Amino acid sequence: MSAETKIWDFPGGIHPPQRKDLSNRTPIQQPPLSRRLTVPLSQHIGATAEPCVTVGERVLKGQKIAAGSGFVSVPVHAPTSGSVAFIGPQPYPHTSGMLSPAIVIDTDGLDEWCALAPCADFRSLEPLALLDRIRDAGISGLGGAGFPTAVKLTARPQQKIHTLVINGTECEPYITADDLLMREKATELMVGIDILAKLIEPAEVLIGIEDNKPEAIAALRAALGERTYQLRVFPAKYPSGGEKQLIQILTGREVPSGGLPADIGILCQNVGTAVAVHDAVVLGKPLIARITTLTGEALARPMNVEALLGTPVADLLAFAGLDAQKMDRLIMGGPMMGFTLPALEVPLVKTTNCLLAATRAELPPPPPALPCIRCGECALVCPASLLPQQLHFFALGAEHEQLKAYNLFDCIECGACAYVCPSTIPLVQYYRAAKADIRELEQKHQKAEHSRQRFELREERLRREEERKEEERKARAERAARAKAAPTEAAAGPGTPAAPAANEEFKRLKIEASMAQVALKKAEKQLAQHDTAALHAQVAELRAALEAAQQALAGAQADAAQSAAPPVADDAALKKAKIDAAMLRVQIRKLEKLEAPDDEQQAELTSLRERLAAVERTLAAAPSNVPAPAPRPAGEEALKKAKIDLAMKRGELKKAEKAGADEAELTRLRDALAGAEQALHAAEDASGKPAPQLVRTDKRPIDETTRTLKTTVAFARADLRKLERDANAEPAALAAARERLAEAEQKLAEQQRP
Amino acid sequence: MSLILSAVAALAAICLVAGAILGYAAVRFRVEGDPIVEQINDLLPQTQCGQCGYPGCKPYAEAIANGDKINKCPPGGQATVQALANLLDVEAEPLDAPEGEKPRMVAYIREAECIGCTKCLQACPVDAIVGAAKQMHTVIKDECTGCDLCVEPCPVDCIDMLVVGTSVQNWKWELPLPPGQLIATDREQAA
Repeated sequence: MSAETKIWDFPGGIHPPQRKDLSNRTPIQQPPLSRRLTVPLSQHIGATAEPCVTVGERVLKGQKIAAGSGFVSVPVHAPTSGSVAFIGPQPYPHTSGMLSPAIVIDTDGLDEWCALAPCADFRSLEPLALLDRIRDAGISGLGGAGFPTAVKLTARPQQKIHTLVINGTECEPYITADDLLMREKATELMVGIDILAKLIEPAEVLIGIEDNKPEAIAALRAALGERTYQLRVFPAKYPSGGEKQLIQILTGREVPSGGLPADIGILCQNVGTAVAVHDAVVLGKPLIARITTLTGEALARPMNVEALLGTPVADLLAFAGLDAQKMDRLIMGGPMMGFTLPALEVPLVKTTNCLLAATRAELPPPPPALPCIRCGECALVCPASLLPQQLHFFALGAEHEQLKAYNLFDCIECGACAYVCPSTIPLVQYYRAAKADIRELEQKHQKAEHSRQRFELREERLRREEERKEEERKARAERAARAKAAPTEAAAGPGTPAAPAANEEFKRLKIEASMAQVALKKAEKQLAQHDTAALHAQVAELRAALEAAQQALAGAQADAAQSAAPPVADDAALKKAKIDAAMLRVQIRKLEKLEAPDDEQQAELTSLRERLAAVERTLAAAPSNVPAPAPRPAGEEALKKAKIDLAMKRGELKKAEKAGADEAELTRLRDALAGAEQALHAAEDASGKPAPQLVRTDKRPIDETTRTLKTTVAFARADLRKLERDANAEPAALAAARERLAEAEQKLAEQQRP
Repeated sequence: MSLILSAVAALAAICLVAGAILGYAAVRFRVEGDPIVEQINDLLPQTQCGQCGYPGCKPYAEAIANGDKINKCPPGGQATVQALANLLDVEAEPLDAPEGEKPRMVAYIREAECIGCTKCLQACPVDAIVGAAKQMHTVIKDECTGCDLCVEPCPVDCIDMLVVGTSVQNWKWELPLPPGQLIATDREQAA
């Protein structure tokens, strides 16, 4: 089917003695049930699972005892029935010999299964349901890294997987677990691959296997049947079982530096994982056991066992006939990439593919490292085409930038370089240490960045809160002042409402001025400390604001001195004052937004603001009667006030016109004038009856038509005047305007006659 | 003569054009603020603990840019001093901390003793403590920078600073001893 299909090669690689025949001559055995199982909660890459049982609880075989926490996490299941004896730190198979959280189960020997949910026809399941089953079964990659399989299989919309690679390579010496698994569980493996293929829907499925496993190859061939999967056999070379190396062998494509196989549309799964997927989906069994090689010359009966997860390593080795005297060290994994276990109490975990009990003669301790002689052997064997000796020197000098530039993170830690090193330098340890250092620094930096952001957000929040409080305080003060002013006013009677309100206004201006001064002083102090452009601008603005406030204050004082305080009704005036303040604030804010205003601009803005402030202040006093056309004040009073209003408005408008204020301002003033006029009319109407002695009372109230006519006449007259003034006005237009005026006047006369 | 004149004219023209480009670039690509402060701030650990005598990392970064010593950051340790020395091209000094370099810490509130006064909430510079008045408070471990600032305001002293130890997850390989640094008998053991 495929032996003649093209295969590629990867650079470097070595051919260490394989020693596989030590353990692959017997079928897979079932070790006896241990009295106590220690199931670590973190047997995978990602977040530690959360226990969901309590001490003393009885658990059944296959029952979930810890739930995955987060997306990159898998649950843990009870490997057999029994009772939970302990939940907490327990020995863990790790180089450091540190403890790790685990659930300890006292087995009861019944091996009683919980209710399973088998599914004979997985094709009827939706992909999401399949993924759920895989996730719930606690499957993480059984090849060695232990990455949660469901996460790996979750479709990424931007990456279409076109090739599924099944890794049956098992290139490391001594290990035969996958070999035996393929021999004995070829059918299950094929169904597992069917499930994976249904999930991913790849264009092709490649099964990679080294030519040193003829029985496994034969078994797979037989199991393939009608399937279109391609079985590719290639010569043994270490480390062809590395994910990236296998992909290169099978497809000739290289996984980009720092990338994942998914980046080039390829997904790689171990044969053990595929069988676990079959068990999970078809049988409904979670991952509670795995096939592990027990080998090494210190064992009387090297073999492969299908052992329950959590079984103490000591029990397994005893089953294989361990001679403790002969054993020099116990390695988990193979001799190339495995690590020495610090103790025998550690349990079997999902990633334990081999336990190697080696004698001293078999794996002698490495001789002391000698200085590098720059022979370059390491570079020749590196499967990732790195420069191991350069990396070694950079790691010695902790030159992290150089290490990254020389692609340290593409190192798969296969150990080929250290294997060939004539100076026996523990190169891989250098790389591991350097990688850990760099990762730690990066994490620290990330954490610092995160903390900085949080700190800045907090500062911003506090500032906003302070601002809000300040505003509230102001509002409260205003309210209190108003409450204080109200009784005085009541005592003073309706005739003299102006004095307290003016007082109020005066006070407010005073507060504003002093506040501006304080702000300016603060800013100046800051400026003295940190000299920045932004602060300069701020100080300038504050100074301008202070000037404006002082000007307004002076104006108010002058007004008070003249005792011609404008008639202000308390409520309306205060409202106006508030609007005033708000508008001023808006203006100031606008100014603040201006980036670095120059002096001229500054002065212009200042003057503008002064004028505005003055206008606003007077305005604040004036139109208090507009909304309520004076039913309360006595008619005379109201009329007088309205008249004064009108006069003031007119004066203001004229002043503004003279000063050449902009159109909007003028329009506003004109509107105010019209309002005042209307108010006057209303006052006239209102005062008509109660004050008959007034001159205008004998006049009939002007009806709507008359008013309109009058307006028309006025407009016509104005138009005519304008035209008359214009030297080169067209005579025809002039005549028309005259005619219009005459007509309007006649109409008005007719209206007024009867 | 005209050759010289044309050369001078050409040079002058080039000068003008280049000057205009430079002038434009100076305005267009003007850098706001002091970039060195940002770079220094990036190297600081951002615990905002104030142990340097400044109210936060950024002010200390500004102070360093203005010539303050670079060895006043105990949480950063000697590594930060070294990084700052490399950045600023000055001599690295020994860390100026009474207790020397401390391991990474994380605050822990003994929740049974907490009276819910919210004082630590206000002290935490990174909002890593949650709680409300008269409610128990607790520290979000992942957000805590170990700055110590919450310990002092606590009226019932129920906050401990715990050392973040190594676990299986964050354990890391040590660099092997460099060759040639051991006597022969120790080499055997080291191997």
